Amino acid sequence: MTAAPPPTGAKDGKDARGERGARGAKDPGDAPPPGGCVPKRRGVEFSLLVGAVLISVLGYAEVGLARSGAVPPDAARYGAGLGFLSLLAHLAVRLRAPYADPLLLPIAVLLNGLGLVLIYRLDLETPGDRAAPTQLVWSTLGVGLFIAVVLLIRDHRVLQRYAYLSVAGALALMILPIFFPAVNGARIWIRIGGLSFQPGEFAKILLAVFFAAYLAANRTALAHAGRRIWRLQFPAGRVLGPIVAIWLLSVGVLVLERDLGTSLLFFGLFVIMLYVATGRTGWIAVGLLLASAGAFLVGSLEPHVHGRVQDWLDPYASIRAGDGPGQLAQSLFAFAAGGMQGTGLGLGHSVLIGFAAKSDFILATVGEELGLVGLSAFFLLYALLVARGYRAGLALRDAFGRLLAVGLASIVALQVFVIAGGVTGLIPLTGMAMPFLAQGGSSVVTNWVIVALLVRVSDSARTPRPDTADTGEIAPVTEDTR
Amino acid sequence: MIRYIRRAAGLSLLLLVALLVNAVRVMLVEADELDADPANRRIAISRWERPRGEILVDGRPVTGSRDSGQQLRWERTYPQGPLYAPVTGYASQTYGTSLLENAEDELLSGADPMLAPLPLWNDVTRGRNPGGDVVTTIRARMQEAAFRGLAGRRGAVVAIQPWSGRILALVSSPSYDPGVLSGTGREVKRSWQHLTTSPDQPMLARAIRQTYPPGSTFKIVTAAAALDAGVVTDVDAPTDTPDPFVLPGTRRVLPNEAKGCADASLADAVRWSCNTVMAGLGVKVGLEKMVEAAGNFGFNDPGLRVPSWVARSNFDTDMSPDQLALSSIGQFNTAATPLQMALVAAAVANNGEIPRPHLIERTTTAGGTTLTTTVRRTYRRAMTPSTATRLQDLMVRAVTEGTGTNAAIPGARVGGKTGTAQHGPDNTGTPYAWFIAWAQAADSAQPAVAVAVVVEDAEANRTDISGGGDAAPIARAVMEEGLRGEAEGR
Repeated sequence: MTAAPPPTGAKDGKDARGERGARGAKDPGDAPPPGGCVPKRRGVEFSLLVGAVLISVLGYAEVGLARSGAVPPDAARYGAGLGFLSLLAHLAVRLRAPYADPLLLPIAVLLNGLGLVLIYRLDLETPGDRAAPTQLVWSTLGVGLFIAVVLLIRDHRVLQRYAYLSVAGALALMILPIFFPAVNGARIWIRIGGLSFQPGEFAKILLAVFFAAYLAANRTALAHAGRRIWRLQFPAGRVLGPIVAIWLLSVGVLVLERDLGTSLLFFGLFVIMLYVATGRTGWIAVGLLLASAGAFLVGSLEPHVHGRVQDWLDPYASIRAGDGPGQLAQSLFAFAAGGMQGTGLGLGHSVLIGFAAKSDFILATVGEELGLVGLSAFFLLYALLVARGYRAGLALRDAFGRLLAVGLASIVALQVFVIAGGVTGLIPLTGMAMPFLAQGGSSVVTNWVIVALLVRVSDSARTPRPDTADTGEIAPVTEDTR
Repeated sequence: MIRYIRRAAGLSLLLLVALLVNAVRVMLVEADELDADPANRRIAISRWERPRGEILVDGRPVTGSRDSGQQLRWERTYPQGPLYAPVTGYASQTYGTSLLENAEDELLSGADPMLAPLPLWNDVTRGRNPGGDVVTTIRARMQEAAFRGLAGRRGAVVAIQPWSGRILALVSSPSYDPGVLSGTGREVKRSWQHLTTSPDQPMLARAIRQTYPPGSTFKIVTAAAALDAGVVTDVDAPTDTPDPFVLPGTRRVLPNEAKGCADASLADAVRWSCNTVMAGLGVKVGLEKMVEAAGNFGFNDPGLRVPSWVARSNFDTDMSPDQLALSSIGQFNTAATPLQMALVAAAVANNGEIPRPHLIERTTTAGGTTLTTTVRRTYRRAMTPSTATRLQDLMVRAVTEGTGTNAAIPGARVGGKTGTAQHGPDNTGTPYAWFIAWAQAADSAQPAVAVAVVVEDAEANRTDISGGGDAAPIARAVMEEGLRGEAEGR
């Protein structure tokens, strides 16, 4: 952006609201080649989906074989159910997003399918507390929402109109749980009847939508107004005011609710989107400064967080104190027990972690039973999902779409990093659900909506524009291309 | 904006690399350390996730396993706990293992690499092997006879096959049920507390782990030393020892429990258990030769394993003549395990050679394929064959017409030696009654069994030259079973 003349940026910002055929935002690097016939790749998606379902069923069968020497009787039913849901999702994509990235849906199905296998496997250790059936219901709901989003939102730019509605909704969702009793030290649950969910999960998407819309509209002002201190350009308070206020509010709510994982996620999301929108390294500096100050304050004042930090610095302290291994130590034991190849599905003892083995610590089961090989495979699946999101962002022509794609992909990346880093002792542990894998209905549903939105933006990114396709004309380069 | 998106993607890539590097650290670099951490329950879980191999007596397991349904799944059971506790020891999920359970733990728990039919393939599949079995040399009927004989009194019985070194009976009393220690939980802790603090020391495997002053039974060692050293050439000739005997260099008089010991022959001294004669002979043999002789019987060996570790039996190596005199009749600092004294009897019975004593006949896989077989090996050469022959004769006479008549078995050649070991301050403690013996069936070429019996709380008349009263009947019962077993075996 820095090299681009101001009018372009302004135009880009306004373009976001304009029609699809706007030529100004063309990026020759990622745009479909002129001349039409862009492959839709729905066949690729279909075969990948078949593979994803088969791998999930194989995992399910493997658990049964390892535990009782027989394939679970409902393995075929599980496969059929997962296959049916995938097929519906696939048809929805075929119908309304024919140019969507063919990797997104299969990755989501594979992660969700294997997540169900992992939870089913852990259910065998806790016969009194079965989580897989509930998770299956939530997954079905998630796929349903995926289909709904793909069918109903025909163009992602519609969302830009609801920026302020989104932020109001996000704040309402985050404030709501304060009026419900705390669960395990965090006020993030709403419990109605037997169902409980974390509204903060849905708030992620709404915030990303709001950030994308707001930044797309104001990025020129954010990037170029303001004063310069040393080599860093700081933005003017006028534009910064509202966004920081909203950010502070959300973080404040989260600290009150003691859900630090989500707090960290929002913070990271905010900084990344701000940077992508403005290209100002000053934002990174401000972000890091705010982060370290916040982390220090919260870490020293909040006993809950302080304990987590202590645990991270020395996971084995409780062993030396004679109290036995804590959760993090148990998690590390599980990863270590996996080694390179893992013990095999169903043969590990990650249940020793105890509380939250199926949710926050589900990755420990992956590590122990599938080994470093399996864990890396999961990481790469997530990386692929994130990369595809960024790729859609690169190929899109409107600023809002780009920021939305980057924001959604970053949500997934940050979630994975925060929780995977936490359970492997890389960073202090904060509660967060591993996308698609972990037990937790709101998380699964939210991640399905994220994937649905990514499918939508990737479809927009790859759809050949009729005007250029028809004329074969190469649009003038007006957006920065590097 | 594209450049910044690429940078954001680069940041994500950086995070991914950080996760992968950290995963390698935890799962590969630090894994061994974490796997071996004592707080890591996986060690115990994998150890108890299969039933342990069995310990067999007469082809039948004396151990078992029970599915507890707990995290540590299989618990050890001992159907005849107290009877075989001195053989098996315990295998506890809380307190570890002891004795055979300890010595053969690798095999019984399935960790022994020999159990894998195809070791390399096993590494690939990570298959786990069922625990192997340990076939012991114990004869159930002899073990039972010894256990019955002790009848809960404090003491121990060891029986071995003189020519092979097979331990046929290994009994300690009072005993305990190792099964109460198998599992985990408060009940197990209470049992442990109770067993370890009980004044009866039920968990002490007296037969191999407790040393007692051997008293007069040690006179066999002294006699062998005297004969081998040439101090005595004719067992029936007077030995030129006064009664009472004044300990050399002191004014202390060594008394005799028996009468007619003045100047008695070696044969009479063994028959009537004359302290004076044997003490005098020990001094005549001299410290060096006595230490050597005791060593040749297995004394002062700290490393004997059967494969349970055996306590060191002691014969002091640096003594004044009066101490040597007392040591030569099994007093002063001389101390022996019941197994050691059974070896003394076996040495005489086996013409001077002591085979290495062992409890394990062979080990097998769970399927019964033999993995190892204990090979007969010489442990010590205690005396010359001619000395052994002469001592056999003396021991037989001690049974037919001496102190050991209670051990006599009709139709069998039995040699024995009684002992009464005094202990405690000024010998006020209840004396230990000893009896060591061997028995040979009339129609057999060699003795079938050698036995040592010690009864701690012998309610013996102190003046009675005991052993014969308390211990000899037990020895006889065990030897009778041994002879019957030999007869049935042929």
